[in-house]
Amino acid sequence: MSNGMAILNPQQPRTAAMAERMAEVKGRSLWADARARFLRNKAAMVSVGVLGAVFIFAFFGHLVTPYDNETIDWNVLGKVKELGKPSLANGHYFGYDDSGRDLFARVVQGTQVSLMVGVIGAAIAVIVGTIYGAVAGYIGGRVDSIMMRFVDIAMSVPYMFVLILLLVVFGRSIEMIFVGIGLTAWLDMSRIVRGQTLSIKNKEFIEAAVATGVPSFTIIRRHVVPNLLGVVVVYATLLVPQMILTESFISFLGLGVQEPLTSWGALISEGTSTMNYGTLWQLFFPLAFFVVTIFAFFFIGDGLRDALDPKDR
Amino acid sequence: MLSFILRRVSIAIPTLLVLLIISFWLMQTAPGGPFNSERPLPPQVLANIEAKYGLDQPMWKQMVDYLKGIITQFDFGPSYKYKDRSVNDIIAQGFPVTLHYGLISFMLAIVIGGALGIAAAIRQNSWLDYFAVGITIGAQVLPNFVMAPILILVFTLWLGWLPGGGWNGGQWDHVIMPVIALSTSYMASIARLTRSSMLEVLRSNFIRTARAKGLPDRVIIWRHALKPTILPVVSYLGPAFVGMVTGSFIIDSIFSTGGVGYFYVNAAFNRDYAVMMGLTFLLGSMTILFNMVVDILYAWIDPKIRL
Repeated sequence: MSNGMAILNPQQPRTAAMAERMAEVKGRSLWADARARFLRNKAAMVSVGVLGAVFIFAFFGHLVTPYDNETIDWNVLGKVKELGKPSLANGHYFGYDDSGRDLFARVVQGTQVSLMVGVIGAAIAVIVGTIYGAVAGYIGGRVDSIMMRFVDIAMSVPYMFVLILLLVVFGRSIEMIFVGIGLTAWLDMSRIVRGQTLSIKNKEFIEAAVATGVPSFTIIRRHVVPNLLGVVVVYATLLVPQMILTESFISFLGLGVQEPLTSWGALISEGTSTMNYGTLWQLFFPLAFFVVTIFAFFFIGDGLRDALDPKDR
Repeated sequence: MLSFILRRVSIAIPTLLVLLIISFWLMQTAPGGPFNSERPLPPQVLANIEAKYGLDQPMWKQMVDYLKGIITQFDFGPSYKYKDRSVNDIIAQGFPVTLHYGLISFMLAIVIGGALGIAAAIRQNSWLDYFAVGITIGAQVLPNFVMAPILILVFTLWLGWLPGGGWNGGQWDHVIMPVIALSTSYMASIARLTRSSMLEVLRSNFIRTARAKGLPDRVIIWRHALKPTILPVVSYLGPAFVGMVTGSFIIDSIFSTGGVGYFYVNAAFNRDYAVMMGLTFLLGSMTILFNMVVDILYAWIDPKIRL
């Protein structure tokens, strides 16, 4: 008897360790797995850092500079090329813009506007698109085909023309840009979500929910949408730079945000029109922020896709 | 195939109507009619002018007349701002220019993008592949309104090799920069699509079979791998075409090339609704029709789509 105990006892720690290891393996959910994959992706991690820096710049940049974005320095006006160079000494880190305003403050403001358009625009698109797609996909049948036919038609309307028409007719303002972008940006999202919903719809847990009498919209909200989250997150990160690009395109043409507001597109446009005079910093700083941010969003989106959807690789 | 074409056309026609109705409705709801100026016209004069342009008719009647004018006489109506100029004149002046650099950009994007993608896929993980992937990532974040200023900066201001703007009847040195600025990001997208599609095709079973029976690489790639490779690229041609058309807004305003984009943006600033409307409908219907042709082409190459 005691002999047997002696044999068993040394085994115990090993079993415990084994159980622990098993628990560890079991504990890795889909999300933990995805997180680990994402953290291993160097380009994506660097991009997260860069993007964080850009956001900090947008939120706190105005605290660093003593100048605001509206005061015109009359001494510099007209002599921007000679006197307006970027300089650490006088606190105009990015120099002056063509109207004698502090470019650093202007870039901070432009960054705020561009990021806001990107994030809010993408958020509207994601919310509307997800609901629309999930409803169409879940209900199915004739409702689905009518809803999706509408999306087909709306998608083939060349939206850039409609956006410009809207801005011209209702006045150029940032609200109108939101409306114009919001009108079209959700279409893609709804298609993707619908496709995913169709494949989720026939899973057993949905059947179980239906069998227990859960109402359709509760099923969509509680069971369908959470399972779409992976696709939605990936697409949303890729949508943000898309929104920023669209807004910059419109603002570059001068049809977007209006003075005294500004955005990256408007700043790049200003820099382009003045580079003949040799004031290159007016082009360089907004351009650098624009390119770096778009890069970062694309890399993060790619990283998330690889992390959340491994079969896509 | 016929039923697919019919179904595709049945989407295109309502789309055209939606575009027409949206632009017409926007034009009608625009605050201030086209002839409201700072000095108000006498009511009788205003009524006469509106009668001349048909603005006293109900909206649906105007719309039908407009459509009739386009279909029967290819007449896109007058400009409200410049009385001696119709939308047709603007199209005649700007369209050849846009078409000139647009077509070159389009061909260039397909040929160079496709070649780069295929080369990168065949020599996967070689320096050529890394080079191609690097370029495609870089060019994706360099849209035309970023490319164009950089090009002018380098080739006009620093090197002084190329003129920074103007059209000059489409001389080659005036065409180069617009074409590069317009085509780069689409070239990059096409290269990326071709590369990933080619990689997938090269891993498929029928290519392994072709290898197994000893076909030379050249034959495998050109005869067997190419056709399935270009499928996703074909479906990208529609969006690329749209991008080329809207890209001309930027190209025309940076390089002063004087294509339709210039007139469109100008009309937007002048609130010349008639010109905007005419150009929107013309360019919009072209994109819709082009998308339709691409879809049909796609279905013709790949029978699976027709289902």
